[in-house]
Amino acid sequence: MLARDNQDSLRRTPLYDLHVSLGGKMVPFAGYDMPVQYPAGVLKEHLHTRSKAGLFDVSHMGQIALRPKSGKVEDAARALERLVPQDIVAIAPGRQRYAQFTNADGGILDDLMVANFGDHLFLVVNAACKAEDEAHLRANLAGDCIIDSLADRALIALQGPKAEAALAKLCAEAPSMKFMDAGPHRVAGLDCFVSRSGYTGEDGFEISVPAADAERLAKTLLEDPDVLPIGLGARDSLRLEAGLCLYGHDIDTTTTPVEAALEWSVQKSRRSGGARTGGFPGAEKILAHFDQGAARRRVGLRTEGRAPVREGALLFADATSSQPVGKVTSGGFGPSLNAPVAMGYVPTALSALDTKLFAEVRGQRLPLMVAAMPFVKNTYKR
Amino acid sequence: MTTTLYTSDHEWLAIDGDVATVGITDYAQQQLGDVVFVELPKVGRTLKKTEAAAVVESVKAASDVYAPISGEVLETNEALAAEPALVNSDAQGAAWFFKIKIADKSELGGLMDEAAYKAHTA
Repeated sequence: MLARDNQDSLRRTPLYDLHVSLGGKMVPFAGYDMPVQYPAGVLKEHLHTRSKAGLFDVSHMGQIALRPKSGKVEDAARALERLVPQDIVAIAPGRQRYAQFTNADGGILDDLMVANFGDHLFLVVNAACKAEDEAHLRANLAGDCIIDSLADRALIALQGPKAEAALAKLCAEAPSMKFMDAGPHRVAGLDCFVSRSGYTGEDGFEISVPAADAERLAKTLLEDPDVLPIGLGARDSLRLEAGLCLYGHDIDTTTTPVEAALEWSVQKSRRSGGARTGGFPGAEKILAHFDQGAARRRVGLRTEGRAPVREGALLFADATSSQPVGKVTSGGFGPSLNAPVAMGYVPTALSALDTKLFAEVRGQRLPLMVAAMPFVKNTYKR
Repeated sequence: MTTTLYTSDHEWLAIDGDVATVGITDYAQQQLGDVVFVELPKVGRTLKKTEAAAVVESVKAASDVYAPISGEVLETNEALAAEPALVNSDAQGAAWFFKIKIADKSELGGLMDEAAYKAHTA
């Protein structure tokens, strides 16, 4: 009965009924009842997204508007820079950037997308962190910004090589958007926010739509024979092949952006010697990691055999030593590679490409190699 | 003449004299989803009933397959190494896992026949 009670307390996205009608296998995820797969299955859903287009319900994620009290978006950007190591001021209107909320120890509280919508900033944060993120924003930015939780909006991701053609039928501007362009657009006559981004390594879009219209939009997109609904199972295998971090697994409050190999996401203006160096939580430690290097690093891992190496597997420098040197933080089977893929943390001295390591799986040491990420070439439209 | 029996852990055993061929049921493969890797026990290993004997991995997760009865592993299905997806396409036929020499026939008494297994998964 306990399990039943927990089931009942799960939240539903505006697309819940659609998932059930499409045969989605519903599982609890971040407090929501979400489809882990549809009848096609994880493997086919994954491959379909890479060859045609997949539709994902990501409405469980948090959508937040940061509205500057001064009316000037730059003031909201400057305020947000107190919480993230990214250059937010430099995000041009109609553009989006990947960011992280950091803590005083230089760890990551959450990762997020920040878009400049001209008169305000639009944030997309992880489902499991959204309540804490909002509290964090209110505690730190309430003097400068109105923190507007957009709980009445759904979020639909359309990903894959046919995503542009599918969306173009409903939104004429979609084809002219470039990777990380973001802004308000009408989609099928609805007031949406569209970004050309995603979490699969494929070209594609994320579409924020009023909750009441979400099912109609999803059904309209699914009328295109190239578009299939895709569950969380394939979302995870797609992002893993793309080398993208999953919060709470590959990054968390104990990993700095440098350890996580996310240096590319921290612009020069916020690093040592930059125009607005530091000034974010944990700056001392994060800048020290930039300047002196970090002791460990997130790397990609490929195995020799076909046995997947999964999250939690300990990593060893050789076949016999008893002391682990690191741990796998995400791992599974990559359907596009038809081979296992993983990522994990290792000492920086062992992080060079082609370094040979061993993972302990069911008492055996399986050989693996440090490999370049993304594992599957991304196809962003730059 | 072979008899097929089932466990509550969704394995099937085809009994032929003192040898049982073991696999997972069609119901089990449906629950697991796309199988991408199968780890089989070594030939010659003596399994004790309920100990982990094999592992089935889908894209998402690894699942143990427990020895349904005690006995020595006589043969394993090499075809599964090259084509793990056989488990999805023919779980109760070509995708058998291993053959085991039945050590104690009394252990078969605790297993289900097809009608009982159907009721179990209904």
